[in-house]
Amino acid sequence: MKKLSPWALGLAAVALAAPAALAQTPPNVLVVGQIAEPKSLDPHAVTAVNDFRILMNVYDGLVRYKDGTLEVEPSLASSWSISEDGTEYTFELRQGVTFHDGTPVNAAAVEFNFDRMLDESHPFHDTGPFPLSFFFSAVEDVEALDDDTVKFTLNAPYAPFLSNLAYPTGLIVSPEAVKTHGADFGRNPAGSGPFKFAEWESNAKVVVVRNEDYWGGAPSLEAIVFRPITDANTRVAEMLSGGIDIMVEVPPDSVATFDGNGFQLHEQAGPHLWFLILNAKEGPFADKRVRQAVNYAIDKKALVEQILQGTAEVASGPTPPAFAWAYNDALQPYPHNPEKAKALLEEAGHAGAELTFYVTEGGSGMLDPVPMGAAIQADLAKVGLDVKIETYEWNTFLGQVNPGLEGKADMAEMAWMTNDPDTLPYLALRTEAWPDKGGFNSGYYSNPEVDKLLEAARSATDQAERARLYKEMQAIVYEDAPWAFIANWKQNAATSERVSNFKLQPSFFLLLKDVSKS
Amino acid sequence: MLSYLIKRLIALVPVLLGLTVIVFAIMALIPGDPATAILGSFATPENVEKLNRDLGLDKPQVQQYLIWLGNLLQGDLGRSYSLNRPVLDEVLERFSATLILAGAALLLCTIWGLLIGIWTAARQYGWTDKILTFVVLIGISVPSFWLGLLLILLFAVELRWLPASGMFAIYGGGDLPDLLRHLILPALTLSVVATGVIARLTRSAMLEVLRQDFIRTARAKGVSETRVLYGHAFKAALVSIIPVIGVQAGFVLGGAVYIETVFQWPGVGRMLVQAISTRDILLVQGGVIVVAASYVLFNLLADLSQSWLDPRVKA
Repeated sequence: MKKLSPWALGLAAVALAAPAALAQTPPNVLVVGQIAEPKSLDPHAVTAVNDFRILMNVYDGLVRYKDGTLEVEPSLASSWSISEDGTEYTFELRQGVTFHDGTPVNAAAVEFNFDRMLDESHPFHDTGPFPLSFFFSAVEDVEALDDDTVKFTLNAPYAPFLSNLAYPTGLIVSPEAVKTHGADFGRNPAGSGPFKFAEWESNAKVVVVRNEDYWGGAPSLEAIVFRPITDANTRVAEMLSGGIDIMVEVPPDSVATFDGNGFQLHEQAGPHLWFLILNAKEGPFADKRVRQAVNYAIDKKALVEQILQGTAEVASGPTPPAFAWAYNDALQPYPHNPEKAKALLEEAGHAGAELTFYVTEGGSGMLDPVPMGAAIQADLAKVGLDVKIETYEWNTFLGQVNPGLEGKADMAEMAWMTNDPDTLPYLALRTEAWPDKGGFNSGYYSNPEVDKLLEAARSATDQAERARLYKEMQAIVYEDAPWAFIANWKQNAATSERVSNFKLQPSFFLLLKDVSKS
Repeated sequence: MLSYLIKRLIALVPVLLGLTVIVFAIMALIPGDPATAILGSFATPENVEKLNRDLGLDKPQVQQYLIWLGNLLQGDLGRSYSLNRPVLDEVLERFSATLILAGAALLLCTIWGLLIGIWTAARQYGWTDKILTFVVLIGISVPSFWLGLLLILLFAVELRWLPASGMFAIYGGGDLPDLLRHLILPALTLSVVATGVIARLTRSAMLEVLRQDFIRTARAKGVSETRVLYGHAFKAALVSIIPVIGVQAGFVLGGAVYIETVFQWPGVGRMLVQAISTRDILLVQGGVIVVAASYVLFNLLADLSQSWLDPRVKA
């Protein structure tokens, strides 16, 4: 008998498994494979796109991005007006809207939201911290004029304000829920969005259910389950085995797997830029010709097609094409031209220069930073540049790069994902944004003309005027080449054939209100 | 016996204290801080400073450690800033998941390891011995995260018999059969290497005992071979096998880190990996204390059972 036990054990295991011919995900319940556990469901307390994917379905903001664009349209606010000098924004709220806890969405609630985030003496400020509250640092005062009218006063004209309101940091939470749950509001959220929070089982799932009373019409899905699956290979396996219906951030190597075969692959270029910061303060890159030479020397098409396997497009300048209205489409990417690069290096007297290159191992929006870094090193070697790579883990990397490259490195990888054409150049290209002044201009680029254009664009409230200023800025930055412009990431997602009406947005948010599932 | 137990438990305190100092020092030495991790690309010096102040991380490191220690003595492990919830809740929840996984793996590797070890020892140099020894060698050599992925491909993607990841079905699950279905693949993967180690040690321990006089005497008395193997030899060999199983318990706990990542098992190992990458020092400390304490306790249990089995080993 005892000799038999290994076989008995094996049989028992199979018997246990066999009758469970695995249940598919239930109809009308959408299961989303997320890349990580959310930190919190308090939209003011989080910074990660992964968390935004849930939040955008549970909350509304005063405004939102129009479907398929990065332009704002009314949401909780039905209309608004901007004062002549661009410092006062008055919003009329949609009437009769309630939070999921039954309390009304009114001007007082809006005021509470921004006071909690911005006023350190607010009784609920300690339910933070609110890391992205600086999105609204221009807000001086928020005032409920009556039940349905709320006025924001800014300390200076700030054109990206509306766009920032459409960002998750501008979503409106229920003040009553904050008062009831305090610091645990992030685990007991209440908004006014198309889905209501139902359950959060740590490290397993977040469940949201249909809001029958949604002001924009109830969604067709009964519920959405967000599952955190950190390992990309496991996420792919779950998708293949039917354990999830939507998978976001399909790794480049698996894209082909989901093209057909009962799956649908979705792609959408977003407001993302992958670039190299060049140290313009010292060393070879202080010479514009050397910076241009690097732009010519790197074979961006090969990077995008071979390493990123088509999950990105070649970037042409500092502003991603996803900002359609502000994008200068007259600019063409620097062509791959090693001969021209060599000539420029020769002319500048920096042929064969030695360069230190900071590469990160991972990080938000960094795509495949190590192979990318190695390929760039090889491209630069072909024009005679001797590039030494130093690799750092993401947090360490940021700690090295953000304080500035001076005295340490000549170039560094970087990627940004933003919601307004103002954000990246304003924070990373102005003279006033050098690291010692609290900005992200780690390569010390400085051009008074660009500074002037960016300041002017920020205070212009007319979109056509802003667009003109941004396009001019792009042309100058393209020519000055403070960065090597490499790629714009295309966000992707795979859905099973049971899912319909799914669409990715250029904002990279995951909007599931109109999705249905058989 | 009791005084021995108390002495060992008291010895646990300085070990754990020392560990927390080391972990705290390492976390302080590696570059990057929680505020940078939270803010990502938005980490300007100004924003980092403000957030660190909000998180209470602007005080000197030593003072931070002492505050933490003071709270610990009152049973408060602090609040995780990457998960925004009490560390104790998170650690206990995660650790019970790890215990289920590691316990199942330990059970599997003990049963299989002992059976294979006894079987091969009884048939030394026979063909089953050769085949099983070869299989065991492969089992020890295979990287378990890779084996895990292969098992997922076969049983979850191709055959669709078992779920690919997680601990419970996300909808309508939650009962024991559901847990067992989710447990099979990760527990099996985690047990493979330990099975090999236990099998090899059991085999050699058994062979050594089988050569001894009392076995010959037993056989000469006409005791049946099964009784000789299981009743006499195995019992004697167990003394040297038990400590190995104790060590494997620690190994299985450590190995759970990557098996949990492959199978998305919500255990303490995966929690630690995430906590380190977000510089969530309170969560790291909480996790390390629990893992280290359980490791020490496993060894203590092994020592105790050994001295219980063999009075010559003095407790």
